[in-house]
Amino acid sequence: MIEPGTPIPEITLKRGDGTDFTRADLEGKTTVLVFYPFAFSSVCTNQFNLYQEVLPDLQQRGATVYGVSCDARYSQTAFIDRLGVTIEQLSDFEPKGAVCRALGVYHEGGFPQRALVIVGPDGVVQWSYQAPSPRDLPGANLIFDALGA
Amino acid sequence: MAAPPRDPVSELGSAPAPPLNDEDHRRGPEGAPLLIQYADFECPFCAVIHARLAATPVQLVFRHFPVRSGHPRAWAAACAAEAAGNQGRFWEMHDSLLADQARLEDPHLWDRARRLGLDLHRFDAERRSDAVTARVRRDFRSGVRAGVVGTPAVFLLDGGTAVRLGKAGVERVLAGSAA
Repeated sequence: MIEPGTPIPEITLKRGDGTDFTRADLEGKTTVLVFYPFAFSSVCTNQFNLYQEVLPDLQQRGATVYGVSCDARYSQTAFIDRLGVTIEQLSDFEPKGAVCRALGVYHEGGFPQRALVIVGPDGVVQWSYQAPSPRDLPGANLIFDALGA
Repeated sequence: MAAPPRDPVSELGSAPAPPLNDEDHRRGPEGAPLLIQYADFECPFCAVIHARLAATPVQLVFRHFPVRSGHPRAWAAACAAEAAGNQGRFWEMHDSLLADQARLEDPHLWDRARRLGLDLHRFDAERRSDAVTARVRRDFRSGVRAGVVGTPAVFLLDGGTAVRLGKAGVERVLAGSAA
């Protein structure tokens, strides 16, 4: 997967409102990209429930958090609406997984690996982590460790 | 050289689960294996392990790990247990909540408090207080730092260290062996 020190390449993801999210949207702030396999799956549900609980702390730390999956934006919106989660979602639906592939987090099963990427205000990866398996949920402590490093 | 000022945000970085402290809720026979459990009163898996642990000779320390987006009444239930604890009835409220997770709305909490003989006005004021919220949050944050990602999460106190138990480890404890 993409290594720390690597600039994020040109990317295009879809926001929930259908507008584009590109590399330019990463600039000027610290961004946590949460790649997850499937909306509505059990581990992804637990992951966003947990991260939502610590979202104020992440925001206080100056981080903006996004969820990224290959689900359609409508599915992502339904997912977070059902959970009551406010973490903005970005869709890598078409061409399917293009951003995941570019960042080296595309699972051969056709979905994102469960991975975390922190991008600095300069658009360069500060930290990246891929869970041992999509079933493993990275603790929020790992994100705070990385932000504090 | 003076220590650098602590960044309060960094306090969610990784740290071992605290072994024991004076504020912990603890029960069980002295000398039995001591388990530290991070749990959520609205979590069905927590209710299951609660029922199984009740029949197991262990000491149990309960720490709150409510996640409100998944369990919208978890925080209210946790605060209710703490408010009951202020009147010396934490474990009674704990058992009551886990025995019936379908009734966690405010009137249900008042009814539970009434049946436990609590001062209802004090209970209702304290469950909404900053002090009780801070108490629950302290547990939750210690769990986040220890890498807890869901409930129930169980640690075995081994010497002075809280060691995370996987499913197999929990089953061994439930079977009567902490090894």
